[in-house]
Amino acid sequence: MRAYGERSPYETTERVIRELTASPGTGSSRTPHQDLFGTITPSALHFERHHSGVPGIDPATHELLIHGLVDRPLVLTMDDVRRFPSFSRTYFLECGGNSIGEQSGNTQPDVQKSHGLLSCTEWTGVSLALVLREVGLKPEAKWMIAEGADAGRMARSIPIEKVLDDALLVYGQNGEALRPEQGYPLRLLLPGWEGNTNVKWLHRLQFTAEPAMSAKETAYYTELGKDGKAQIFTFVMEARSVITRPSGGQRLAPGGGFHEITGLAWTGKGKITRVEVSVDGGKAWADAVLQEPVLSLAVARFRFPWMWDGKPAVIQSRCTDETGFLQPTHDELIAVRGLNSGYHYNAIKPWQVSADGSVTHV
Amino acid sequence: MCRSMLWLVAACVAWAQPKPPGAGRPATAEEIKDRDITVFPDGRGLPAGKGTAGQGEKVYKSKCAVCHNDKGEGRERQYPALVGGIGSLAAQRPVKTVGSYWPYATTVWDYINRSMPFDHPRTLSADEVYAVTAFVLHLNGIVDAARELNERTLPQVLMPNRNGFVPDQRPDVKAKR
Ligand code: HEC
Repeated sequence: MRAYGERSPYETTERVIRELTASPGTGSSRTPHQDLFGTITPSALHFERHHSGVPGIDPATHELLIHGLVDRPLVLTMDDVRRFPSFSRTYFLECGGNSIGEQSGNTQPDVQKSHGLLSCTEWTGVSLALVLREVGLKPEAKWMIAEGADAGRMARSIPIEKVLDDALLVYGQNGEALRPEQGYPLRLLLPGWEGNTNVKWLHRLQFTAEPAMSAKETAYYTELGKDGKAQIFTFVMEARSVITRPSGGQRLAPGGGFHEITGLAWTGKGKITRVEVSVDGGKAWADAVLQEPVLSLAVARFRFPWMWDGKPAVIQSRCTDETGFLQPTHDELIAVRGLNSGYHYNAIKPWQVSADGSVTHV
Repeated sequence: MCRSMLWLVAACVAWAQPKPPGAGRPATAEEIKDRDITVFPDGRGLPAGKGTAGQGEKVYKSKCAVCHNDKGEGRERQYPALVGGIGSLAAQRPVKTVGSYWPYATTVWDYINRSMPFDHPRTLSADEVYAVTAFVLHLNGIVDAARELNERTLPQVLMPNRNGFVPDQRPDVKAKR
C-alpha cells in the first residue's frame, strides 16, 4: 500500500519540458496525448506554461482581493472561497500558443510537441458571478483585471460578459486540490478561452471601465496579420481535432491489418458535433464515432476503425462544432492569416503512415 | 450562453436567504493601495516619480544588461531583445519588440514595474522604473536622452505601433467541404 498512490513502474510516459530562456520558469511542458486513452488529463500530465515560474503558496495565508468599481471591496481567504456553493465541471484548457510552429512551417514530429499545450480536467470551484453578488458590481464595470501571485504578477483584462456568464474560481483539479503548476491554491477558469486568461495563483480582481492593456494582452497573445495589423482580445479557442494514435513517432506492425484510429476534438464555442477521418490524404472522408457523453467545452474522444492495406497512407481528422464551424486545412488558414499570427492555430494535422509502419509528420 | 443557469438559480436562492454572515472581510483603502499596481494607458495608476534616459542607463547597466545585453539586443537562449523591428510588422519576418510592437509606453512601465528584473521583480523604485523605461524607449529612438518621463509625460509618449491593433476578426477562416 502507498499513502499517496503512484503509477506502475512500467509506465513511463511524461511531459516534455522546454524552457524558453536560461532563467527557469519561462517555458512550457506538454501533455503526451499519444500515450493517453480517455478524455481526462491526469493531473501529473497537465500541460504547463509559465511566464515567471511556479510560486509555492501557503493556502492559509493566501488572499483574494476584489476591488475597483464595486460597492464593497472584499478580501477572501481560501476558507471564505470554499464556503460558497461549489460545483465540478469538465473543461478543456488550451494555451493560445499551442501549435505555434505548425503555422510558420516549424512542423513538430509528434502530437505531444505539436498539440501538447492542451489538457482536459474536471475542475471544482465556485461561480464568480455568485461571489460578485457579495461586492456589488457598479454598472460602469465593463472589465475585470485578473492578477496572479507569481513572481511577475501576470495580469489579464477580461470582459465583464464572460465574467458573469460562466467564469469560475477554481480550487479543485480532478477531485483533489489544484497542483501548484495549475495555480494552487486558486485560479480563474474561463471555459473555452485561451489558457493565458485563466490566471493562476489568483490573488487580485480589479473591476474597471477599460482594459489595462497589460503586456500579455498586447505584446503577447495578439495575432499579427499579413497587413502588419494585429488582432487583440482574441479569447475563444476555435474548433480543432487531431489524431493521437497512430501519430508521429509511433510504429504500426508492417503489412497492414486492423487499427483503431483515435484522437481528440474540442471547441471553445460549445460542443463538437462531428468528426470525420480520411485515410487517403484527404480525398475521401468518413464519420468517426464520438464517444459519449460529448460535453460542452471539454475534449471529445473520437474513434474510427481502419483496415490498413499496408501501403503508405496519409491519415487526418477534421471536426465541426455546434455553431457549424468547420476545421480548416493549413492552406485555408494561412491564406487568410499568413504565417506570423501564431496564436490560435487550429488547422487539420495529417500524419504519414509508411509501408514499414512508421508514422511521421507531413 | 449561461451554462450553469439552473444550478445558479438554485444556489443563488439558497445563498440569498437567509443572508449568511458575509463572506470575507471588507478591504481597507490602505491594503488596496498597497496591492493595486495596475497602470492604464491614460496614466491612471502611475505613482509620482521621474527619470530620464541618461539616468536610466545606469540602472540598465547594473540591473538589466546581464540578460538583455548592453544595447537591448537580447541574448542567446532567447532573452528578448528590447529594440529593433520598427516598420517590420508587415514584412515576411516581422520583429516584435517594445519599440516595434508595444502600443503604449504605460504598458512598458507597468511590465518593468511588476515583472522586472526577472530574478528580482518589484525591487526598483518608481524613479528607477521611469528612468529605465526612458532608456529602453530612447534605445528605440522614441524619446530623447534628456526628456523627463513622469506620471504626466509618460502617457503622452506616442509609440510607433499605437494604431496597430484591431479587434477579433474571427471566424475569419472559412473552410470548404
Ligand atoms: C535574469 C534575467 C533578466 C533580467 C536581469 C532582466 N530581465 Fe527583462 N526579461 C527577462 C525574461 C526571461 C523575459 C521574458 C519573460 C517572459 O517570457 O514572459 C524578459 C522580458 C522583458 C521585457 C519584455 C520584452 C518583450 O518584448 O517580451 C522587458 C521590457 C524587459 N524584460 C525589461 C527589463 C528591464 C528594464 C530590466 C532591468 C530593470 C530587465 N528586464 C532585467 C529576463 C531578465
